Amino acid sequence: MAATQAGVKRFYLILAAVALIGLGVLAYLLLRQDTVSIPANVTVQASDTSGFRGYIKGSPDAPVEITEFADYQCPFCQTFATLQMPTLDERLIKTGRVRWRYRDFPLQQHPFARLAAHSAACADEQGKYWEQHQRVYEGQSEWAGARNAAAIFRNYAKSAGLDLNRYDSCMKAGKYAGRIQASYNEGVQLGVSSTPTLLVGDRLYRGRFDSDALIKLVDSLAPRR
Amino acid sequence: MIYRMSAAVLSLLGLFLSAYLYLYKIGRIGSLACGAGGCETVQQSPWSRFAGLEVSLIGVAGYAGLLLVSLVALQPGPSSRRWPTTLLLLLSGLGVAFTAYLTYLELFVIHAICRWCVGSAVIIFALLVVALLDRRRSSRLGLR
Repeated sequence: MAATQAGVKRFYLILAAVALIGLGVLAYLLLRQDTVSIPANVTVQASDTSGFRGYIKGSPDAPVEITEFADYQCPFCQTFATLQMPTLDERLIKTGRVRWRYRDFPLQQHPFARLAAHSAACADEQGKYWEQHQRVYEGQSEWAGARNAAAIFRNYAKSAGLDLNRYDSCMKAGKYAGRIQASYNEGVQLGVSSTPTLLVGDRLYRGRFDSDALIKLVDSLAPRR
Repeated sequence: MIYRMSAAVLSLLGLFLSAYLYLYKIGRIGSLACGAGGCETVQQSPWSRFAGLEVSLIGVAGYAGLLLVSLVALQPGPSSRRWPTTLLLLLSGLGVAFTAYLTYLELFVIHAICRWCVGSAVIIFALLVVALLDRRRSSRLGLR
């Protein structure tokens, strides 16, 4: 019944070999650098901003324009995007009362904020900006602490039905780094220093917002007819 | 002993496979090596979680348990006892049942097949077969 000493030794050798190979493969996968990074402080070219004012939704004839400066990795922005924005969408944007302009304001302390913004910009190229925007916000807890957030954004892009070859090329080229920087610069010029910050008319509103307060603000600026 | 040794090697293979899928799911290793298969579709579906846990993490725990039992079963005392076989049979049986449920989801709900999941299914099924053979051996030897 008992295995021979040689047999047991051979078994442990095989097991150790399998363990070493397995650990080696996992270590290689964990350590390889295939992450995409989007440079900060790039020089903004005229082509980065020509004809682009931000990601806009709502009627061009809406009486009020609200510009949101936000950071995908900022928890308050996440709460705002997932909890307040659906109400604002229904009650202000779809009703034609507000035109919403989203501007990226990636804060330095958030390592994946620029990457997230770039992922959404690459989705915009394929007409899926808002889908990716929403998915990135919804998944913030999933990617904010991950080592390779780019892979998670890529999965969102796949779920949104994007052509992944185009998406990958766009991400690797850092095609919209200048656009994101221009957006950030615009915020700085206006006095934005934290996120989310809303620009309504010529006034900045900082901090947490709830949809009721914003609806009241819009009511005061453009009374319902 | 050969069956228990085989169970240990198979469990270790399953453990690495599940760990690979789990590391992918938490964004640590980029994209999956999956060819034209539906691994990402399966891994990104709502069914990649079960009872609030990543299915791949359940796999890691299950295979780690099987590996531990297999290794204990080879030690001088337990090697002449029947209970490690019963435990291996129970764990691998549960694994096969869970895998059958996941395979059903892949085929009829998600409509995508993940080849790594198929690999895991083969491993857990082989573990059940090995456990059954070990039970036959235990009965033949009259182990208690």
